[in-house]
Formats: sequence, C-alpha cells, structure tokens
Amino acid sequence: MVAVTPSLRTLPPGRYRFSGTLRSEWTKIRSVRSTAWCILATVVLGIGIGILATTSEASNWRHAGFVDKALFDPTSISLTGLLFGQLAMGVLGGLTMSAEYGSGSIRATLAAVPRRPVVLAAKAVVFGVVALVVTEAVSFASFFVGQAILSGSTPTATLSQPDVLRAVIGGGLFLTLLGLVALGLATVIRHTAGTITTFVGILLILPLVDSAFPAKIGHPIGRYLPATIGAAMTSTTSQGAHDSFLPAFPFWHGFVIMCLYALGALVIGGALMVRRDP
Amino acid sequence: MTKRYGATLAVDGLSFDVRPGQVTGFLGPNGSGKSTTMRMVMGLDRPDGGSVTVDGRRYHDLPWPLREVGGLLESKAVHPGRSAYNHLWALAQTNDIPSSRVDDLLELVGLRAVARKRAGKFSLGMTQRLGIAAALLGDPGVLLFDEPINGLDPEGILWVRNLLKRLAAEGRAVFVSSHLMSEMALTADHLVVIGRGKLIADQPVADFVGQSSGASVRVRTPTPEPLTAAMTGAGARVQVEPDGAMVVNGLGAPAIGDLAAGLGITLHELAPKAASLEEAFMELTHESVEFRAEEGTAADATEVRH
Repeated sequence: MVAVTPSLRTLPPGRYRFSGTLRSEWTKIRSVRSTAWCILATVVLGIGIGILATTSEASNWRHAGFVDKALFDPTSISLTGLLFGQLAMGVLGGLTMSAEYGSGSIRATLAAVPRRPVVLAAKAVVFGVVALVVTEAVSFASFFVGQAILSGSTPTATLSQPDVLRAVIGGGLFLTLLGLVALGLATVIRHTAGTITTFVGILLILPLVDSAFPAKIGHPIGRYLPATIGAAMTSTTSQGAHDSFLPAFPFWHGFVIMCLYALGALVIGGALMVRRDP
Repeated sequence: MTKRYGATLAVDGLSFDVRPGQVTGFLGPNGSGKSTTMRMVMGLDRPDGGSVTVDGRRYHDLPWPLREVGGLLESKAVHPGRSAYNHLWALAQTNDIPSSRVDDLLELVGLRAVARKRAGKFSLGMTQRLGIAAALLGDPGVLLFDEPINGLDPEGILWVRNLLKRLAAEGRAVFVSSHLMSEMALTADHLVVIGRGKLIADQPVADFVGQSSGASVRVRTPTPEPLTAAMTGAGARVQVEPDGAMVVNGLGAPAIGDLAAGLGITLHELAPKAASLEEAFMELTHESVEFRAEEGTAADATEVRH
C-alpha cells in the first residue's frame, strides 16, 4: 500500500459535477482546428454534392425513362450529399476521443475527472449537440438549394408534403447518430487511424460484402447497414434512394436501429474505458 | 501494492508513505516502476493488488481531484493543436477552478507570452512548464512530479528545484521521481528507492548516503608499508591509487590518524570522503537493474552525459 497525506486547505463543499465536465469538453471541441475543418467538410460535401446531383438530374430529366420518373424522389436526390458528409462527421466524432489517446491528454483528463463514464458521456453530449446543429443546418440547406435547382425541370418537393420534413430532419439525425457510433468506436480502438479505417469499412466496405452474396441467399445484412438505413431515412419512400431496390427498414425502425448502434458502441467503449489503463 | 503487465511484475509489493512539508525523492533505475507507481497514485493504472490512498481515500473517490492532487506524469499530455491557455482552462473547468487561476499559473511558469500559441509548437522545456502549471491548477496539497527536469535548460532546472522546495515549505507533500541522483541530492529531504518494482530504501537523504560503504579516506604518506600493514591489521581495505595515495575503506580518518601517530609515521594527506548519493544509489540498485549495459560501456556513457 502507498499512502500520501494530506490536503493543505479547506476544500469547497460538494464535488466535481457533470456540468463542469460538459463545459470542459465544449472548450476542448471548440479549441482545435480539426473541428472547424470537419464542419467545413460536412458543409461543402453535403451541399456541394447535393448541387451536383440535382443539376445532373435536372439536365437528364427529358431523357429519363418511365420507371425512373415514377420512382423519382426530389427530397432524396437533394440530400444525396449528406451521405458524403457522413464521413466528415464520423471523423469529428472519432477525433473527439481518439485525439486524447493519440496526444496523451487522456491522462490529464482522467486525472481531473477520475469517473471515466462521466468523461465519455460529456463528450457524447457535446459532440452530439454540435453535430446535430451542423448536420440539420446542412440538411435543410441542401434541401432548399436542391429544390431550387430542380424547379422548372423536374417535379419538386416542399416541406408541407407528406414525409418530406421527416426526411430532411432525418438526414441530420442519421449523421449525428453515425458520428456517435464513431465516438464509441474511437473509445474502443483508442487510435485515430484505426478508428477512421473501421468507420469507413462499415460505411463503404460492408455494402460491397453484402452485395457479394449469391442471389438465392439474397442480401441478409443489407438492411441493417448504416448506408441502407441512411438512404431510407433521407427519402420519402421506404424504398431508399431512387436507384436502390434493396429492401430497407421504414424511417422509425431505421432510426431506432441507429440509436441502438450508437448506444451499443458507447456502452462497450465506456465499459472498456473503465477496465483498461489509459 | 502490486502491478503486473502480462508476466512482468512491474511493481512488487511496494509500500511507503509520502509526508507533507518535505520533498520526497523517488529514485530507481529505468524500468524500475517509478512511473507506474505514480500513475497508480493518480488512479490512471489500477493496482493488481493492494491500495493507493491520498489522505486516506482512493483517488477515484476524491471529491475535487485537481484541488487535492496535482500530477506531472509525462510532459506530452497535451493536444498539439490546442493552446496552452485552452488546455489549462479545459482542465480547470472540470473542478470549478476560475479562469483567473489559469492566467496566474501561465505567469508563474513563464508561458504568458505564448499562452495562445498551439502547444504542439512548444519546446520540450515549454511543454514541461505547461505540465507543471497543470499540476498546480487546483493549488493541491499533494504534488507528484515524474522526471520534472527532463528537457529543461540549467535555468529551468534551478527554477524547478526552487519551486519544489518552496511547495514543500508551504506544507505540501511533494513526491518527485528522477533518475538523476545529483539532482535529488540537491532537492530531496527524504528518499524512496526502488529497483525492479521492489522497495530498496525509504529514509532521509543523509542516512541513505551515510550508510553506504562507499565512504572512504584518502591517505598519503612517505612510508606507506608499515601504515598499510597496521590499517589492514585493524580491518580496513586499502587500495593504492596511481598517484601513490591510498584509499582506505572501513576505517575512519581519526582512527587512521591515531594509528599513524602511534607508529610515528608522518602523514601528508588525511582526507575523509563521503559517498555521493550516486555511489550509494549504484551500490544499492546494482542487483536490481533491469536493463544493464556491459560494465564500462554504455553505463559509463550514460553517466558522462549527466
């Protein structure tokens, strides 16, 4: 046993609280440049690729076939960019935790707040709020810019039409939940490059694995993949993006599954954080 | 307490107290478990056996950790893209420490001019000063410094030495690890020495040096043979240096003087020489060095550098 004694001064009553840890995490996330870069990338990719997709759709409309026209979802097409912005939000969510392990500052953080789940929860809340504000703004901006480009060439959507508002809000919710998945992954992996590689693998590689299954087995994991859920959450039909004929969960099912993914990653990360020495 | 990494026992049944009002030096060869012990005090590494308490409580249960214990565990514990001010401010917020305290500390450690610069651009010495500022944030009664003078220039070393003494004089418990014995001789009041994770010594610096068998007397005389015989007869070990002087172990200077006087021998030199902390340390830890270089090669090179 090792004993160290004693304290010098009288300490203030009470003890450190969650609110202090929240303020600390807010200071951290706004005081590094990577946050601004990730947000900028989300905005540029989200809105920019939405502009490209709607412009191309508007110019090709006259040559589009009957089936394409029947399945056309102007909401979904204007939100195409979000599925690229998700990479930037994933990087931000991952960095929120992995940068602490990469730099060693996790030890300073945990010396100040020894209850480790409190640190993880504060990071999740602060990142979650930042991500939700950014991604909802990008989602709405993409929608309005996209409809303006489409108007005159193709049918357009308005927020008052059935399920359109849900899809636009859903875009932001999906990206935020995906970012929280990345935060949980980073807590498990504790390494920036490893986290981003795993995250990209889940988003881009797993769909390829799914599509490689022979036709008679079908696509057993397809509808559980974040990419499929994201496409469905940003469309006004349960069919997903206009060119996807994979069966997909309806909006609320997809939303709940994404919540479970985020919660699961964070709970596993939190449990490992308690068990392992930083 | 005990700490294992796989099959390696890093800290083995270690037990000691760190008391307020003095600088306790924590000495041990590289890999002896100093940093691991300090991380266990701070609640970062979990002991596999035993307990670490601060003021009778586990670190995890401290209501205001930063206001009770300050630690400089390693210099590179800062996000390279964050400014010194924001690094300290983020830590301060967790324990309800006001921002004025952050400004005061940046002034104290001499980083005020670069407070808004990214910490990744700092030199090793500046990073070390930032770490010391972080340790002092909550004005804690217990301070742990792991190798605080690493990377500091002579002026910085003097600054740290005086700071540690002042903090102890204010009644704090100051626990400092170092592999630099000479530094500990100048700074510490009390020593805890470990080797291979085991406690070797826990005593005041003066006792530690005094008990070493390294203490010797240098003797020079025009008629060495009869004196050598007499001293050897009295149980001393005598070695002859290249310059003709004798180095005597196991017999004090007064006893040697008396012997010479009894035999009517003239002495040209009679100089007692206390063992240095370094020698006492080498003697004690000789058995427990985990990674020892070949005698007379790398080990000597290391000493020359320091």
